[in-house]
Amino acid sequence: MVDQVRVTGLKVTAPGADGRPVTIVHDVSFSIPKGEVLALIGESGSGKTTIALALMGYARGGGRIAEGSIEVAGTDVLALDAAQLSAYRGATVAYVAQSAAASFNPSRTIMDQVTEPATIHGLLSRAQAEAKAVELFRALALPDPETIGRRYPHQVSGGQLQRLMAAMALITDPALVILDEPTTALDVTTQIEALRVFKKVVAERGATAVYVSHDLAVVAQMADRIVVLRHGEVRETGLTDQVLHAPQDDYTQTLMAAARPQVRTAAPEAATAPAPLLEVRGVTAGYGRVPVLQDVSLSIARGAAVGVIGESGSGKSTLARVVAGLLPPSAGTVMLDGVALPPALARRSREQLRRVQIVFQNADTALNPAHSVARILGRPLELYHGLKGDARERRVAELLDLIRLPAALANRRAGELSGGQKQRINLARALAAEPDLILCDEVTSALDTVVAAAVLDLMAELRRELGVSFMFISHDISTVRAICDEIVVLYAGRKVQAGGREAFSAPPFHPYTDLLIGSVPEMRRGWLEETAVREARTAAPAIAPDLCGFLDRCPARIEGLCDRLPPPRVRLAQGSEVLCHRGESGLSTHPSNGPRTSGPSSAPSI
Amino acid sequence: MTEAVAPATRAARPSAALRAARFWTSLPLSGRVGLALVVFWVAAAIFGPFLAPHEVGAIVAPDVFEGSSAAHLLGSDYLGRDVLSRVLSGARYTVGLALAAAVLASTIGTALALTAAVSGRWVDEALSRLMDAMISIPSKVLALVMVAAFGSSIPLLLLIAAATYVPGAYRIGRSLAVNLNEMDYVQAARARGEGRFYLARVEVLPNMINPMLADFGLRFVFVVLLLSGLSFLGLGVQPPNADLGSLVRENTSGLGDGALAVLMPALAIATLTIGVNLLIDALPLRARRVQGEP
Repeated sequence: MVDQVRVTGLKVTAPGADGRPVTIVHDVSFSIPKGEVLALIGESGSGKTTIALALMGYARGGGRIAEGSIEVAGTDVLALDAAQLSAYRGATVAYVAQSAAASFNPSRTIMDQVTEPATIHGLLSRAQAEAKAVELFRALALPDPETIGRRYPHQVSGGQLQRLMAAMALITDPALVILDEPTTALDVTTQIEALRVFKKVVAERGATAVYVSHDLAVVAQMADRIVVLRHGEVRETGLTDQVLHAPQDDYTQTLMAAARPQVRTAAPEAATAPAPLLEVRGVTAGYGRVPVLQDVSLSIARGAAVGVIGESGSGKSTLARVVAGLLPPSAGTVMLDGVALPPALARRSREQLRRVQIVFQNADTALNPAHSVARILGRPLELYHGLKGDARERRVAELLDLIRLPAALANRRAGELSGGQKQRINLARALAAEPDLILCDEVTSALDTVVAAAVLDLMAELRRELGVSFMFISHDISTVRAICDEIVVLYAGRKVQAGGREAFSAPPFHPYTDLLIGSVPEMRRGWLEETAVREARTAAPAIAPDLCGFLDRCPARIEGLCDRLPPPRVRLAQGSEVLCHRGESGLSTHPSNGPRTSGPSSAPSI
Repeated sequence: MTEAVAPATRAARPSAALRAARFWTSLPLSGRVGLALVVFWVAAAIFGPFLAPHEVGAIVAPDVFEGSSAAHLLGSDYLGRDVLSRVLSGARYTVGLALAAAVLASTIGTALALTAAVSGRWVDEALSRLMDAMISIPSKVLALVMVAAFGSSIPLLLLIAAATYVPGAYRIGRSLAVNLNEMDYVQAARARGEGRFYLARVEVLPNMINPMLADFGLRFVFVVLLLSGLSFLGLGVQPPNADLGSLVRENTSGLGDGALAVLMPALAIATLTIGVNLLIDALPLRARRVQGEP
């Protein structure tokens, strides 16, 4: 078979702190036979995107492709001049970026932008390009392929936009398609659809592709070959099965181990206090008039970890803000140790504030860039515990030790830390208050697998040693299942299922939980094919505010019941509680594991 | 609370000389030219009167509008006074007044902006509408009316210049502060139970200080031009004292001959404002460069 892409001895440099070039990609070589998909996998800073961009003859911000050769479809990329490069990019090689939302121009129609690569390069006339675009929209399973091109980027969903970007890349029938983390920003339930159509389109068109990702399970579905990168060096190259099941390199093994969620639970406390530490009762909250949370209740025992999961927009972060007092709820109460907390922050006592701490999702924005670590950690010590001078410094050093960072870090500014370090400082700031409850909002989602695993280990240890309770908010059900004792599933602001960890390991599930669990990619090839297509999304029936929010996507809905009456809260035998018309029997008979065909009620309705 | 925070700030910073040297090397060429011009004029304003070869108001030259000579480096003005001495003294008025007015305008503007950002909606609305009202008054006309009503004096000029530029500084400061106020670290501080004053001073202000300094430089230039304009109309600093604007005005009759007496003060205003502008324009470049370094 002919190699479509051949990279030998690639070396890329970028200017370092002193202005002298630093090598960021060292002597990387690989080749891709025509029609195959190669995955570049590694943590942030491993050089995977740098290599992908080098295939387009491009180096970012001051960087330079210093050595090596890149050959794509017989073209020596590094020998091209500027004019030849513009002819090459978009026509011979196409790029699908991580954030489609940032890559589309919001003021031009989708059709204008999708057909642009073909018309710019003079490959197709506008009419031909439009016909081809519609064909691609159909192949990518986009709704209304004939007319979706007339819409503007903000009028379609994130998952659809990502697929439209793939259409833009494929319109020129490029010799090589580069997909740079195309599904990382998507919810799992959306990701699975995107992966499926990407795979189908790549296979149908016999396209050669490079798939850049940090997610091994996703790569297992997409790639024929895997290149494992670390610090700009190739650690291992091989066929997907070999790398997944018999990794040779010790780093690959670490990566694999970190990607498998381990159960990290604290030993259950012998005497748990009868009264829950935190109790949220019937909370409804929102921004403006739109309620984001509706009638949500949950309780957290002392020393317990409760996971809150849901997709973006489900209201999980809002719940944390309500508990922390940042957003007063419009109805319902939050009780701490049986005492109702005042809804607004200003009315809570300092002691109440100390006992509940919030850790924000994005450590980059959660730490003040103008402050040093000592100041960030020292402030809660001073505010809540009145520590000053030496005592404060000592405690800061202790905290740094607790989160396993060197004490010398205290003098650094927040901007000078790595992502993992920032997230630990973010956690340490909450710990400094010596709280009873820590609200963790997606604390690991911005981190690399290995770093995230370390942060989760740390949290489990803190729970064990300090008896702190956690409310762990995440979109990732496998992480939540691994570290939490109890799980609450939110959908569209409502609690659709709640129960112990065991209840989430086997059905019956609420249909949404079922979809969520079934959408998490497994780290083996063929998973994507085995997981049958779920219901094609039907047009949303008019949803009255009281009806089930999942109605329009539910494969198990009962016509004439679900679209008429609000769902009841049903307690299932295995201990969990669901918000669904289908009771114990209805959810159990609904196929949950193994191959599945379209749900019973996916026939076109309304 | 104040004393506990201050030492940490001081300890984190290297010595002043080292910082100055680092600042100089981090500037691009245009910035260094700007900085040199600014330092030159500030020095002239501070030390000028001690260096001046002649009494400011004394008529020392035999002839009016003389050219350059050993006795009078920049020639003589329309009354036969020494131009060099008068420019040095004028620089003190112009730089001093403009500096004081710009500091006043930027400080008040920033303080109000922070108040608006961390206080409730009503305070924000009230302050913003008040500033909008102030912006809508033409500044030159207001200055003319005020001078006509109260007579020109240094405190009045200072007040007019400061009041004119407070709304602009407020607008910029508020937009910065409102954005920063939504950052997670401010939310975290709020959830910790910090007061408004602490949020504004410790969490928000340090992150908006650089753009506000650049804005301050811009305000300074505006004030120089406003005061020079007023003086040119005869409403600014009153004779026998003179700022750079009045020097241009009193020597306009020499314009036809290209007398140094009219060119030099004009050149002084030009170099001062261009210098400040070059310096300000270089600051974001520098910030980007410094941030680019890991």
